[in-house]
Amino acid sequence: MTAATAETSPPPAASEDPILTLRGIHKSFGAVHVLRGVDLDVRRGHVTALVGDNGAGKSTLIKGIAGIHGFDEGDYTFEGKPVHVHGPKDANALGIEVVYQDLALCDNLDVVHNMFLGREETKSRLLDEEAMEARARETLDGLSVRTLKSVRTQVASLSGGQRQTVAIARAVLWNSKVVILDEPTAALGVAQTAQVLRLVRRLADNGLGVILISHNLNDVFQVADDIAVLYLGKMVEQVRREDVTSNQVVELITGGRSGDLGMAEEGSDQEGEDA
Amino acid sequence: MSAVDSTAAEHDRSTIRGIFHDYLVKVRGGDVGSLPAVMGLIALVVVFSILRPDTFTGPLNFANLIGQGAGIIVLAMGLVFVLLLGEIDLSAGYTGGTAAAMMGVVMTRQGWPFVPSLIVCLLTGTVIGLTIGLLVARLGVPSFVVTLAYFLGLQGVMLVIIGEGGTIPYRNDIALALSNKNMPVWLGWALLVVFLGGYAVVTWLSNSRRRARGLTSQPILLWALKLGALSVVSIAVVGYLSIERAVNPNITSIKGVPIVLALIVGLVVVLTFFLTKTAWGRHIYAVGGNAEAARRAGINVQMVRISAFMVCSTIAAFAGLLLASRTNSVSPNTGGDVTLLLAVGAAVIGGTSLFGGKGRAVDAVIGGLALAVINNGMVLLNQSAGRVFIITGLVLLVAASVDAISRRQATASGRA
Ligand SMILES: Nc1ncnc2c1ncn2[C@@H]1O[C@H](COP(=O)(O)OP(=O)(O)OP(=O)(O)O)[C@@H](O)[C@H]1O
Ligand SMILES: [Mg+2]
Repeated sequence: MTAATAETSPPPAASEDPILTLRGIHKSFGAVHVLRGVDLDVRRGHVTALVGDNGAGKSTLIKGIAGIHGFDEGDYTFEGKPVHVHGPKDANALGIEVVYQDLALCDNLDVVHNMFLGREETKSRLLDEEAMEARARETLDGLSVRTLKSVRTQVASLSGGQRQTVAIARAVLWNSKVVILDEPTAALGVAQTAQVLRLVRRLADNGLGVILISHNLNDVFQVADDIAVLYLGKMVEQVRREDVTSNQVVELITGGRSGDLGMAEEGSDQEGEDA
Repeated sequence: MSAVDSTAAEHDRSTIRGIFHDYLVKVRGGDVGSLPAVMGLIALVVVFSILRPDTFTGPLNFANLIGQGAGIIVLAMGLVFVLLLGEIDLSAGYTGGTAAAMMGVVMTRQGWPFVPSLIVCLLTGTVIGLTIGLLVARLGVPSFVVTLAYFLGLQGVMLVIIGEGGTIPYRNDIALALSNKNMPVWLGWALLVVFLGGYAVVTWLSNSRRRARGLTSQPILLWALKLGALSVVSIAVVGYLSIERAVNPNITSIKGVPIVLALIVGLVVVLTFFLTKTAWGRHIYAVGGNAEAARRAGINVQMVRISAFMVCSTIAAFAGLLLASRTNSVSPNTGGDVTLLLAVGAAVIGGTSLFGGKGRAVDAVIGGLALAVINNGMVLLNQSAGRVFIITGLVLLVAASVDAISRRQATASGRA
């Protein structure tokens, strides 16, 4: 994470070849067909907002990207190469980090332990607490996080915003290339939401690809560069923020189409493939 | 968004008042640690010392008490590993009994020397733990059910090995010495010096490493206070155990630290080391705290579960050996009766939570000592077994309530 990257100039080719591409993704849980042919492009230095109604399949999509559960079908390309992600470690190895909707923190461990969970630094096979604590501090400082009194406090005693911060700091600790945030501001107050959104923007300005899931269109229009709309397990549209209005996005989320955006007219060939 | 100045918080920690204040904040926040258990233990000792000053406080009884508690304490240390996961091992007592019986078979009946017999004993435990772990982690059968089945099954296995109504005597000198003999007085002091010196050096080095990195470190005063307290207590214990305590010293002299006490201390140090200094130990806490978070962090949750059951059963096997050593033989009852339940109680009284994610090896020692003191003191007061059980039950209830209350406090003071 280099602070040197200027806000206005994302790394070369930022807008062109996407770092992460999904094509024709399908995923079922038993008889429930949750994802039905999803396409998605994530670009370096861009915040891609993933929006959709409750149950549209947003969390399922990102869990698949993160290797929590595999996709049934479809192409998953990372940095131009087809990849197979079979577990969280595979995704981490590629440089993909996820901040989950439920944060996935261990309440009984402290901030440092949580940030390094599963990837502890060791020195001659023993935990190197000093190195981990110093790096955790550095990362939090790099994110301009000043709300944590001590990185040795148990996560159980942190406020919602502080927990969110820890989860995000964990995601950027690893020189990640893509950071995915599942509703990071859902439980936060006004001030903390603004802080987290600034953080999200800063990640992208530092050249990372960011996927932001949110139900709050204000937030989306504030930080996103691209908006991808998921409707009943289908990606109905991925557009640049400048090209749409808030109302159009609302229509896409609730009905799957808006004017010439979104799915084709009802009753057309699109329905055929659901069987 | 209040920017809290971390140096201000650090500043007042370097005075006794600051340290005490810090500690109070922690306790009020619900992080009571072993404080209630230690206070309870002290209260029990004081009460019995007043009621039975002649017998309870004597060095003979003090050494006796350690021997009485040893089996339960070691068993409880093993249980801490599965309790940390939020699981339970009801069969640990009979695992110990079965392992001790296997040891009896090869050592007494086959005439094997001590070390190979010990290996058979421990491996018996490891294998039992492996199968329990596989059933729990791979098949997903609740550990309560799996170990209940093992509790019944192993009881049968012991009967088959030992033979109905029979016992297997232990005749090996080393095996018998474990629970019954004392170390020479000089060795007790030597080990004490190693123990205190080791503690002082390790904590000092860790502190200076943190200072060198510019991280908040334990103030030197706090370090000195802790070292001082530990020294006073352990010197008092070793000193007291070094006094001649035989009723008639002219016939046989009894003095020195019991071997079993050194074994317990050694085990606490080793287990604490694995729990706090290795990634594996960290993962046990993580799985116990939030298994799904651990899985998403790429931790092999199944392996962690299986290994914890293996460790628990291996330590249980050692506890079985200590129990058999104390009675000089293995009977179908070794590790039976309420042994297991007392061991679970000991861990909980010491501060280990049945909800998982919270516990330490030393909890087993504190809780086990409390149970041993209750039993020992009440027997000296000529109380019936019935009353002993009633009081033991009450103490366990109090301990569990303290855990529940401190948990509530933690959540109440937590999410601000
Ligand atoms: N493990 C699972 N087993 C079965 N069904 C599942 C599972 N996970 C998700 N689903 C189903 O998949 C659908 C999409 O769920 P998902 O959590 O991806 O939605 P979402 O878009 O993230 O919604 P929200 O905005 O409420 O978070 C839902 O109908 C849900 O019931
Ligand atoms: Mg979701």
